[in-house]
This record gives sequence, structure tokens and C-alpha cells, in this order.
Amino acid sequence: MNEFHLFPPQASSAAHQIDWIYFALTALTFLICAIVFLPIVFFAIKYRRGSKADRSNPRVESLLIESGWTIVPLLIFIGLFGWGAVVYFDVERPPRDALQILVVGKQWMWKLQHAEGKQEIDELHIPLGRTVALTMTSQDVIHSFFVPAFRVKQDVVPGKYTSEWFKSTEPGEYHIFCSQYCGTQHSAMIGRVVVMEPEDYERWLNIGQPSESIARTGERLFRERGCSGCHSVNSKFHAPLLEGLYGKSAPLETGEIATVDDRYLRDSILLPGKEIAKGYQNIMPSYAGQLGEEEIMQLIAYLKSIGNQNPPNESK
Amino acid sequence: MTSATEIDIRTEGVAAPANYLNINLGVRSWLLTTDHKRIGILYLWTILIFFVIASVAAALMRIELLTPQGDLVTSETYNKLFTTHGVLMVWFFLIPSIPAVLGNFVLPMMIGARDVAFPKLNLFSWYLFVAGGALTLWSLVRGGVDTGWTFYTPYSTTYANSHVISMAAGVFVAGFSSIITGMNFMTTTHKMRAPGLTWFRLPLFVWSLYATSLILVLATPVLAITLALMSVERFWGVGIFDPKLGGDPILFQHLFWFYSHPAVYIMILPGMGVISELITCFSRKRIFGYGFVAAASMAIAVLGFLVWGHHMFVSSQSIYAGMVFSVLSFLVAIPSAIKVFNWTATLHKGSVSFQTPMLYALGFIGLFTIGGMTGLFLATLAVDVHVHDSYFVIAHFHYIMVGGMVMAFMGGLHYWWPKITGRLYPEFAGKLAAMITFIGFNLTFFPQFILGYLGMPRRYHAYPPEFQVFNVLSTAGASILGIGYLLPLIYFLWSLKFGRVAGPNPWRATGLEWQTSSPPPKDNFERTPIVTDGPYAYSAEEDVDLNLASV
Repeated sequence: MNEFHLFPPQASSAAHQIDWIYFALTALTFLICAIVFLPIVFFAIKYRRGSKADRSNPRVESLLIESGWTIVPLLIFIGLFGWGAVVYFDVERPPRDALQILVVGKQWMWKLQHAEGKQEIDELHIPLGRTVALTMTSQDVIHSFFVPAFRVKQDVVPGKYTSEWFKSTEPGEYHIFCSQYCGTQHSAMIGRVVVMEPEDYERWLNIGQPSESIARTGERLFRERGCSGCHSVNSKFHAPLLEGLYGKSAPLETGEIATVDDRYLRDSILLPGKEIAKGYQNIMPSYAGQLGEEEIMQLIAYLKSIGNQNPPNESK
Repeated sequence: MTSATEIDIRTEGVAAPANYLNINLGVRSWLLTTDHKRIGILYLWTILIFFVIASVAAALMRIELLTPQGDLVTSETYNKLFTTHGVLMVWFFLIPSIPAVLGNFVLPMMIGARDVAFPKLNLFSWYLFVAGGALTLWSLVRGGVDTGWTFYTPYSTTYANSHVISMAAGVFVAGFSSIITGMNFMTTTHKMRAPGLTWFRLPLFVWSLYATSLILVLATPVLAITLALMSVERFWGVGIFDPKLGGDPILFQHLFWFYSHPAVYIMILPGMGVISELITCFSRKRIFGYGFVAAASMAIAVLGFLVWGHHMFVSSQSIYAGMVFSVLSFLVAIPSAIKVFNWTATLHKGSVSFQTPMLYALGFIGLFTIGGMTGLFLATLAVDVHVHDSYFVIAHFHYIMVGGMVMAFMGGLHYWWPKITGRLYPEFAGKLAAMITFIGFNLTFFPQFILGYLGMPRRYHAYPPEFQVFNVLSTAGASILGIGYLLPLIYFLWSLKFGRVAGPNPWRATGLEWQTSSPPPKDNFERTPIVTDGPYAYSAEEDVDLNLASV
């Protein structure tokens, strides 16, 4: 992790894709510099004051030449844009079936939790070759989760979830940097990713106190914090049942349709009046300030885990 | 334009005729002047003060970064240093540098006018600038600000424990100085051109100042609004940007960059204008593709308003918005490329001499080309994900701002120095300083490209040890760069008293500003010039010796 390099280690699938664009851009830069600098040097020598060069009939305009050096770069640029956009699309949208990690940034540390429940601070252990997806938020200011060896970076923004994913290709230890200025100890908000062989990772997961999975913690919170008092079959209040809801479309009172995702559930917990499900009234109190960012994430993980269940029959 | 009148330039020993400098003396005559030339000089002294303070901040940062661990200053101080460096360099040096100093001095003369359209407002804008600067310095004296020049929320509104509001107020007030100057230049260019000076006979420096003014007038109010909203949230706790108060922190970034990206073009367009003046004069040739170079300035000014989102590719902005901003960012590179190609072509069949201003101009082309090309890396979505907020970005924009704008400013200052002061600077020292600056600059900032791709984030007080080599190189370069800036300061001051008398037109240049005496009379011209030809009516076939040492 701390050896001298001229070029960062390539340790993820994205690193290879992004480096190819980088090499192409570097080659183009050398080419353009040659196209500009060589004539400058040549003209500066040939046409230096007092030289015997022919200076008769200088040209000062040419539509053909101007069009040439407008259109050729334009075409090259459009091509580069397209290449960059295709890879960006890939890098920005996490694939399904990824190992889910929850990340909360705060001044000045990273708190991470694996789906199995294991928690880490400023360190992330992951199995080699598995796709890992981070769901991230911040407890205070904007941070940014940057792993140079993976060539990925995403701002971690308070009040919303952002995501980042990578698939490691080399075992080893790599830097995590906070790359969005976040206050006094910004440069100390660093950590490391440890990429392990899958079997080592399994062993690592089971070291120490057995932990409760995130979804189980969420389920416990769902009961302890009183959510189940209303969102259940036996409730005397008219509240939507949450089984089988995650990932579906939910009609709203306003006639709009919302997709039930992390964003929708987070807002529904903190700002219950914002998007009211069709057929219900806004009777839920806000949980803003009463649940930590981790707890909200755990609750959502629970709701996600019951997203494939059928809702219990209400008439029972 | 009409060819320059030949006047014997060996006028040393003859009593100086009345000019704008000696027509009245004393502090009052300067502080109450409405003469655009004197106002330009007031700006020159003011921005020099800010440049020195901001450079000291940079020097302290570079010394701190010699070692991986934070040892010279605390991280809190380090954060205040880069904030000071950014705020002062951007708003109190770069933005006013060429427009308010060189623009104020030569724009009216270049179009054959006696002054700008609103001379009193021009003086007022300097006072606003000084007031804004004083507020900013006051917030430094009280303990400084640690938000970075970008004032990102919610850090700036809720978490920063420093003098954010007074510094924002300083930038806010100075912004109105920008707006007034921009409006003044636009009006002047529209209404006060000499007879015969049609739009397409304007020197390209005037075109670039016009494009700059357009941005100053349209973008700066958005900065004022943004800083005001930020202060409202910080002071009264009104939720605008902080999600805890129901605000949206990304909204701040949209507003901030809606001003600050166009502001990047405020910081380079005037430099491009200066380069067009220098390249033509020192290659004794008309500019290649005048219409394209002029139109490129306007295209940059317009397209520059549509690319702000490229600062936000990893901010959680929609990826579809990211695509639009990426393609527009590639487009805005085209007019810049057109300019570089046209300057290169201008040298063809010229008669090139390498006086100090020309060295700066050639240096500008080299550094600006590298700065522009590395901008494409940042416009490319996938690559930006990796290099965003890293030293790659720092290197890129210093190639544009310092390698571009400051080189152009120095080139322009040397070029017009004989006109401003009536004296010549020492040519050998000038060439030496230009070369030291070029070498020092590259040594400072080129290693930062490598550092950035390796992953070193910006605004880091301490860093992992493997990055040390490049940081040491960069600091070494910065000390050379410092000498490159100190030398001109010394010999410019020296030349005020000991420099050779320049005469009206030492460069045998064709611009209208060279057709009057040096220093010019208070009203610029004895008679209003009449223009009968396009700009840059040079002939390369006529052998003109510009080596002033031989004069």
C-alpha cells in the first residue's frame, strides 16, 4: 500500500477500463502537443527575424483550414465523450447480486457494516472477485469515498443515499481516501480496503463475536421502535403493510407512482407526509432525529429482506 | 489601422511633456482620479498586495507538503491557508488582473476613446474592490476561514467554525466591482469606438474583453445570490442547503458552479486576447483567421455558461445530466483549440523576434495547450470519476490559470509597460525571468498530474509517504517560480527611475494605443484617430529590429 509507484495499482475491473481511456487521452495529448509545438519551433527558427526565408504573399485566412481544425477535433472529441460515457454508465450503476455494504461517513471516520452484521471502522474487508456495492450516506457534511486502486469515487451526501460498486481483481491492501473536503481532519479521514481470497474472507467474517445480520437488526428495530405497532395485520391503525413492497411501484395519494426503493423508504421514515400511499392518511410521526443513519439503513435492509414475501391476508 | 507615426524615440534628457502621470501629483489626485489609466494603476497596486499574500499562503502550503506528516502548521491552519490562497487568487488577483489592470489601461486607447463610458463608476468599482478586499483581509486577521474557496454546504453553513460570513461578504462586495467594470467595458466598446473602427476592425484584445464583460455581467449576480443564501442559512438557520434543515446541499453546488465555471473563462479569455496582440506584433503579421479567433471568444463566453455540471460528475447529480455536461464540455474545448491553431499559423511567413513579451506568449501557448488537453481528461466522464478532487485537477487548472492567465498578464505587462510608464524594462532580465517562470512553473505543476492520477486528494494536510517524491519536486519548482515572479517586481520598480525612455512606439506596433505619446496625455489623444484599415497591419517583409537593448 505504501510503496512508490509512477502509476496506481490496477485492482478492479473498472481500473482497466478507465486506464485505457486515460492512455488514449494521454496519446492524444502528445499528438496535439506535437501538432502545435513542432510547427511553432519550425516557424520560429525558419522565420526568425533576419532569416532569408520567403515571406511573400502570407495567408491570413482559409475557410478550408479553419474547417479542418474545427471538424477533426470535434469528431475525435465526440468519440472520446462516447467512450467515457459508456464506461461511466457501467461504473455508476451497481449490478444486481452484489455483496451489500452499508457506509456512513462522519467527521472524520468511515463506519462500514457488512450484510452479515460485522462492523468495521476505516477498514473494509472484501472477497476477491466478488462484486461489492456500497450504499452510503453521511451523518454531517459531504464526504467522498475514493479508492484509487479501484478508480472509483462517489460523494457521500447527507440526507440521501449514494452508491458505488467495484469488483476487485487483485488481492492486497489499498487506500481509502475521503476526497471531498470535510473539515479540520479531512486528510486523516483515510482507511484501507483489504481484498482477501474468498475463503479467507469467510474465516474473517466469523472471527470474534457472532453478529446479527443487518436485516435481523432492522427487524428488531422495527419492533422496538414501534413500527410494527401500526404496520401490521393486527394494528388498530390503518397503515400500509410493508411485506412484498420493496422494489415495487406504489401509487400515491397525489396520483403519482413512486418506486419503493431506499430513497422512498428513507423519506417515508423521516418525512412521512411527503409521499403518502394511496388510500392512507398521514398519521405517522416523523422519526427525524430519533433514528441514527445506521438504524435507518438497517430498517431499510429489513424491509428489503421481506420484499419478496406476500403480504399477510388482512381479513384474517 | 494607419501605420504608426515615426517619432524619434531617443528623447532622453528632453523635459517630459505633460502626461497623465505628471499632470497632477499627490495622493488626492490619485484617489479621486477618474482617468482610466490611473485607475488601471490603482488596480495594479491593489492586486499586487493580494497576490503577495496569496503567494505566501501557497509557499507555506508547499513547505508543509515537503514531508508526508503534518509538521509545519496544524491541519486547521493548513485548511485556512488553502482557503486564503484560493479566495485571494481567484477573486482578488486573477479575475481583476488583465481586465481591471491592462483592460482599464488600454481598452479606451485601443478604440481611440478619451476614457471609458462611465469614468466615475470606474473609480467607484475600484473602491468597491478595495472594500471587498478589506472585508476579506479583516476575516483573515480575525482568524481566517477554513471552507475552501468553494464554500461547499453544509460544511460552510453549519459545521465550519470560522469567519465564513465576513469573507463571503468581501467576495460579494468585490463581485459588484466586477459587474460594474464589465458593464463599463461593454458600453465603452459599443459607444466610443473611433470613426472608422468597425467591429471587425477591433483588436482581438477588445473582443476578448467584450466576451469577458458579458460573463462578468451575467454570471457574477448568481455568485452574489449564492453567497447571500449561504449566509442566510449560516446566520439565521433558514434551511436552504443543509438537509438537516430540509435543504439540498447539491443545490449549492449547482448555483456555485453556475457562476464559477464561467468565472474560469473570465480568468482566461482576457489572456487569450493579450496573446493575439503579442503574437502578431512580434511576428510582424496579421492574425491568421481573425474572424474565427474573435468568434471563438464569443463562443467560449456563451458555451461556458452550459458546462457547470462537469464539476459534479460524482456529486450524486443524475448520470444523464452528467452526459449532457460532458458533451458540452468537449464542445467548449473546440473554440480554444481554434485559437491555438490560429496563433500557430500566424507565425507562418512572419518575422519572429523573441522579446520578453513574445517569450511569455509562446510559453502561454505551450502551457495553455497542456492545460486545455488535460481538461479533456476531466470532461471524460469515466476518467473524471477517478481524477475528480485529486491533484490532477489542481495541476490542470494551474496550467490554465497560472500557465495561461498569469503568463499572459506578465506578457501584457511587459508589452504595455513602456506605454504605461514611458520607460523600458531591462530586456535581458525580462527574458531571464520569463524563462525561469516557465521552468519553475512546469516543475511545480507537472508532477501534480502524476500525483493526481496516483490518487492523492486535494486539500490534504498530510499524505501517505509514497507521494513524497512528487511533492518535493513540486515544492522545488515553486521556489524557482517564486524567483521568476520576484525578478520582474524588482526590475519593473527599477525601470521607473532608471529604465530607458521608451518613446511612443518602441515595438513599432499598429494598435491605436501606440499612436500617442508614452506615457499618454490625460485625454489619450491630441486628435481623435481615424481608422481606415483592419488591425495588425504588419508587414513581415519589412525588417524591423525590436531589440530594444540596441536602441
